[in-house]
Amino acid sequence: MSELLTETFVTALLFGSVTAGVPLLLAGIGEQISEKSGVLNIGLEGMMLVGAYTGFCAAYYFDSFWLGFLFGGLGGVSVAMLMVLFCVILGLNQIVIGIALTLGADGLTALLHHFQFSRTYPRLSAVEPLVIPVVGDIPYLGEVFFHRHPVVYLAVGLVFFLVWLFKRTYVGLNLQAAGDVPAALDVTGVSVRSTRTWAVLATGFLAGVGGAFLANIGAGIFVPHMIHGAGFIGIVLAMLARGHPTWVLYGAALFGVSLSLTTALQVAGFNIPTDVVQMLPFTMVIVMLILLGRNSYLPAALALPYIRGER
Amino acid sequence: MALSASDSKIHHTSAIELRGISKFFPGVVANQDITLDIYAGEIHALLGENGAGKSTLISILAGLHRPDAGTIIIGGVERRLGSPRDSLLAGIGTVFQHVLLAPTLSVIENLMLGGSWKNKLDKESARSRFAELCGLLAVTIDPEALVGSLSLGQRQQVEIMRALWRGGERVLILDEPTSMLTPQGVIELGHVMKRLRENGVAIVFVTHKLREAYELCDRISVLRNGAFAGQINPDHGSGMGEEETIEQIIRMMFDKEGQSDSTVDNGGTNVAVRNVFADSQTRSISVAAKEVSTIALPGECGLSAVSFEVARGEIFGIAGIDGNGQKHLAEVLAGQRDLATGQIELDGEDISVLKVSERRDRGFRYLTDDRVGEGIVSDHSVATNLVAKSIGENPYWKYGFTKWRAIFSFARRQIKKYDIRTPSERTSIGRLSGGNIQKALFAREMDDNAEIVLLNKPTYGLDLQNIASARDRIREGASRGITTLLISTELEELIDLADRIGVMYQGQMVGIVEANPGSENRIGSLMTGASLN
Repeated sequence: MSELLTETFVTALLFGSVTAGVPLLLAGIGEQISEKSGVLNIGLEGMMLVGAYTGFCAAYYFDSFWLGFLFGGLGGVSVAMLMVLFCVILGLNQIVIGIALTLGADGLTALLHHFQFSRTYPRLSAVEPLVIPVVGDIPYLGEVFFHRHPVVYLAVGLVFFLVWLFKRTYVGLNLQAAGDVPAALDVTGVSVRSTRTWAVLATGFLAGVGGAFLANIGAGIFVPHMIHGAGFIGIVLAMLARGHPTWVLYGAALFGVSLSLTTALQVAGFNIPTDVVQMLPFTMVIVMLILLGRNSYLPAALALPYIRGER
Repeated sequence: MALSASDSKIHHTSAIELRGISKFFPGVVANQDITLDIYAGEIHALLGENGAGKSTLISILAGLHRPDAGTIIIGGVERRLGSPRDSLLAGIGTVFQHVLLAPTLSVIENLMLGGSWKNKLDKESARSRFAELCGLLAVTIDPEALVGSLSLGQRQQVEIMRALWRGGERVLILDEPTSMLTPQGVIELGHVMKRLRENGVAIVFVTHKLREAYELCDRISVLRNGAFAGQINPDHGSGMGEEETIEQIIRMMFDKEGQSDSTVDNGGTNVAVRNVFADSQTRSISVAAKEVSTIALPGECGLSAVSFEVARGEIFGIAGIDGNGQKHLAEVLAGQRDLATGQIELDGEDISVLKVSERRDRGFRYLTDDRVGEGIVSDHSVATNLVAKSIGENPYWKYGFTKWRAIFSFARRQIKKYDIRTPSERTSIGRLSGGNIQKALFAREMDDNAEIVLLNKPTYGLDLQNIASARDRIREGASRGITTLLISTELEELIDLADRIGVMYQGQMVGIVEANPGSENRIGSLMTGASLN
């Protein structure tokens, strides 16, 4: 056990935790926005997958991580638009549509990848980190937290932006009302439909960026089915966070560590079957749900389509 | 008597003119060719039975429904009210019958709802607007309190504020605002309306209660079967008295001569006191609560040491301002809530720990005040709902199979017996009007094996005819020897029906009074806690 806790191991573990945690964070706060507005977005995994694919392609062909993130976000938005059409405008069952979108995106990205790259898996060049002065020089931790692509800093900054947005702006108020008592928002003259539409599109963008991060920075390649449940962990994070963006941050950190531990334990050649190690993050989900899920607060009108004038 | 008689100068500037408004729903004509003028600076009552088309007309004015025919002229200009926003921009504010506030937001946040995302959330100016409206309406509410923690009366005041917040400077629509209010609340609402009238606001006041309409309003329009049935001007100076006016309105509403006597119109003029209590000492005690207390969560009102005894066949009224522990009392008696201390006895036997179904087996019945949410499964048929409390029992279920034929024929008999107006026993019960749902609940609960019924606000939100039939049902039950516990906020109803009235105040039963027409003041002062200190 003592050889496990070497400096290299711990640094690699923490470094990997951040890399694994950021996609979860982006997806989790994205889901939180959508859930606040009353749309349960089970299609999150699908949005991440499409974002990962489009983000990888853009980064690969344009040779730019930034364009990769942009197109990843737009890829997520394209799936979100379907979600908007079916669930917000037509008022269909959000769970059924969400599952369909996730499964559809899984097949679609695998197919597109096959057309595009056949059986090759081209690799992106390593990312150029933005080293933050002063704090970047802290031994070990500096490298873990402050030698990163700017998107990492933006993702964390977004958490605090959302804290402000939810508490201090009309957007936050309107989102919360749309999820709790949509009719209360409607009678004040704000369209529930457009509020929810923007919320779902924002979710799609964030999930797409998260997917692109997973492919471009986490892995450096795109492999079909690579999101591998991260979207569902994002949904769990949003549900446990009860509307607090900072809780999503803590949750993402926790799950990041457990995902990273999976890799680190394998690399360290620790004598546990890989299947058991790979179960770790999902065991974590179940443990977290047992501990905290009992009190998870969900908006009253979550997953209920809103039709004006219906009681 | 009519407050309006002396002080209202008759305004003839139209705030809104409705011309030939029609609205059709599948199979129903909700509004038919309604032409109506509403003047600035008047309180205009809109009366009609449930299903007469009041709600639809209100929805059209609020921008929730678009009329299929007809035009709306506002301030001399024809306007299309395609959405709630259009309505607000046209200066129409609406207070809906069902509270439409987000309970998880604070009062001030609820009022600020609906701002454009481009604007900064300006709490300071919101607060000053809030203070201004509090002054205008002469109410005091903590702007930072969560709406979920307010009483119903306070929530309604917040709703009125919201209606006035933006829009509402021309017309304020109040859809049955008094149905959840205490007598004191109604008086306060009356003051608020008069203040607004002085500011030139036209107020459309939807109600079932004739006397209220008569006392509070300058003009009364009556709808019947979706069409305009007539108009009355109580301050016409024609020398027409109150009783006469009300009789005329009843004729307009129901189109029949004097059948609805004054017991129907909440008038309290025809109160027959059945002094059952006089001999109840000699009768056996049916239900007794002994020092019952419950644990309250924040925002609820728990019970503290509530005790009372009810004799067999007695109607025991439970009065009190909404939110003084009635909900807990009802749930504790029905077995839906655990009591912290004390005990509940049925025929001398302690039933405190018995489950809902076990209490039901002993003849205890509970009619909830949450008719739609708790009383019925709205997507299921009338027939299924009528047998919902005997699922799995003979003769409707045998060996695990559902006997639809038995259920449907039972349902048809009940529908006939209780005069439930439904297209068929297979119709989803949620599509019926509130009055018919309540009849179905009476049909389910007041069965032959019922011995004690607990009725929680049984006439809330019903129209006159249904109130009358519900009251008849209660009297008829009592005459069959059913012990009745009647929770109500309508003092007049309690005095009319009950033998004795227990008064709830802040979770305590502060007094038990014999019901007779003279006891109103005594009960009123107990309800408001005035007699305690």
